[in-house]
Amino acid sequence: MLKIKGVSKTFNAGTVNEKKALNQIDLELNEGDFVTVIGGNGAGKSTVLNMIAGVYPIDCGYIYLDQENISLYPEYERSKLIGRVFQDPMMGTAADMAIQENLAMANRRGFKRGLKWGIKPSEKEMFRERLKKLELGLEDRLTSKVGLLSGGQRQALTLLMATLQKPKLLLLDEHTAALDPKTAKKVLQITKEIVEEDQLTTLMVTHNMKDAIAYGNRLIMFHEGNIIFDIRGEDKKNLKVSDLLEMFENAVGEEMDNDTLLLSKD
Amino acid sequence: MTSLFLSIQDAVSQGVLWGVMALGVYITFRILDVADLTVDGSFATGGAVCAIMITNGVSPIISLLLAIVAGFVAGLITGVLITKFEIPAILAGILTQIGLYSINMRIMGERSNLPLLQNETLFKNISDFTGLSIAHSTLLIGAVFVALVILVLYWFFGTEIGSSIRATGNNEKMVSALGVNINTTKILGLMISNGLIALSGALVTQSQGYADVKMGTGAIVIGLASIVIGEVLFGRKQNFGIRLLSIVIGSAIYRIIIAIVLELGLNTDDLKLLTAVLVGVALVIPVLLNRQKQVRMYKKLTGKESENA
Repeated sequence: MLKIKGVSKTFNAGTVNEKKALNQIDLELNEGDFVTVIGGNGAGKSTVLNMIAGVYPIDCGYIYLDQENISLYPEYERSKLIGRVFQDPMMGTAADMAIQENLAMANRRGFKRGLKWGIKPSEKEMFRERLKKLELGLEDRLTSKVGLLSGGQRQALTLLMATLQKPKLLLLDEHTAALDPKTAKKVLQITKEIVEEDQLTTLMVTHNMKDAIAYGNRLIMFHEGNIIFDIRGEDKKNLKVSDLLEMFENAVGEEMDNDTLLLSKD
Repeated sequence: MTSLFLSIQDAVSQGVLWGVMALGVYITFRILDVADLTVDGSFATGGAVCAIMITNGVSPIISLLLAIVAGFVAGLITGVLITKFEIPAILAGILTQIGLYSINMRIMGERSNLPLLQNETLFKNISDFTGLSIAHSTLLIGAVFVALVILVLYWFFGTEIGSSIRATGNNEKMVSALGVNINTTKILGLMISNGLIALSGALVTQSQGYADVKMGTGAIVIGLASIVIGEVLFGRKQNFGIRLLSIVIGSAIYRIIIAIVLELGLNTDDLKLLTAVLVGVALVIPVLLNRQKQVRMYKKLTGKESENA
């Protein structure tokens, strides 16, 4: 499904601020994999998502999505195949446009846009049904401006938008980090339902170790631009936070603390 | 008093014709959120193309269409500079505008002014045809064009492509993530904007009976004035069609203000300063009102301004 081969990225190369963000990364995802990604600040977890989405060009290596080499595709071309939810709830929606307008644009991801009217009447019914499933009361507010919604509502809406047209790959970049714990939990629950229902291949970056363990069938950890471990199947099911901490010590040779790894254990 | 009435009537007609230009500015300034300074050049380009076509025997209507095409090209150039070559929008607009000055002279056959006194124009034709005075037919033609432009814009910005352009001005990142090329939406927006601006320049040329290479000087500020006057009067939360209409009304009011101060004896040389002050004041009013509201709210909620610690 997704195959990353020898991808590196250095920011500000040749200056004092040089930062090797990714170091010869290899990663392969199977169809339907739900992978959680953890790691400290600057470990490279968000960078790898941005590289896949085409936000920045990669320095070297290959990225294949569904056998297609997308390494040099511009961001908008890749977006036809990839659904994304960002950390910042403001980022995924157009605030001055109505909920239904946002959804209608998302419903055309991957299709040619022409001079047909922006929303079809039949779509509105479908949007209402899909919004109803979120249980946030948004189904009665189709014509409200998105700017009036709370951060959690906007993230749930962005999630729906990212998956309205089934993406080949879903990228979630700490999409609950800016929400309060209760809302974060709700959005994570919605994420799980959508991913399972559509069998979406998903990469979810999180800074919460418990969430990383609780969700998905596979977990990878980044450290200083490298993938230091990759746990799946039964091992992943039986994983505990203490195991993660121990594995980190063994792999890196130093104790995990809040400076090296900004993770919350609860 | 009659002279004031006549000049106000004339001001409204002019305001409506220039209102088409203000609608073009609105597309970049408010919808696309790009400050496009191509305006001063593309307005004159519209006038120049229209005038040279008419003097060469092309019909006034076809001349208007060709002016729109010329405006599209001007917008395309600025758009490519902004998107493909990553030149900051303000600079890109200035480059096109300056370049157009020379091009406009070339279009008019290396002249800076091209009169249409001997030629037919839309306004003379309609006046002959309907028996209305030139002033009345100007108002009629202006109203028809404004109505057409507003209808087309209302339809276009509701379509799939139009929605993408609106969303680009709102949140570029989201639009990219939904598989839309924001370079294309920006270029399209700039083309439509400058097409309308050139159409306005062509209408003004036919109405005043000549094209002049300097006719676009300050057009951007007049466009902004029309937009902010419309916003101060009608607010920014109206339905899209009403917002477009409010801009044209803003344009007419701008002309009326100018007509009145000229009638009161203002020197024409001071007009540009007056326009600049007008736009400045109109932009400042909402900011000051907001701040005042905040202070009033604080006083209301806190009870009094200071408390002994």
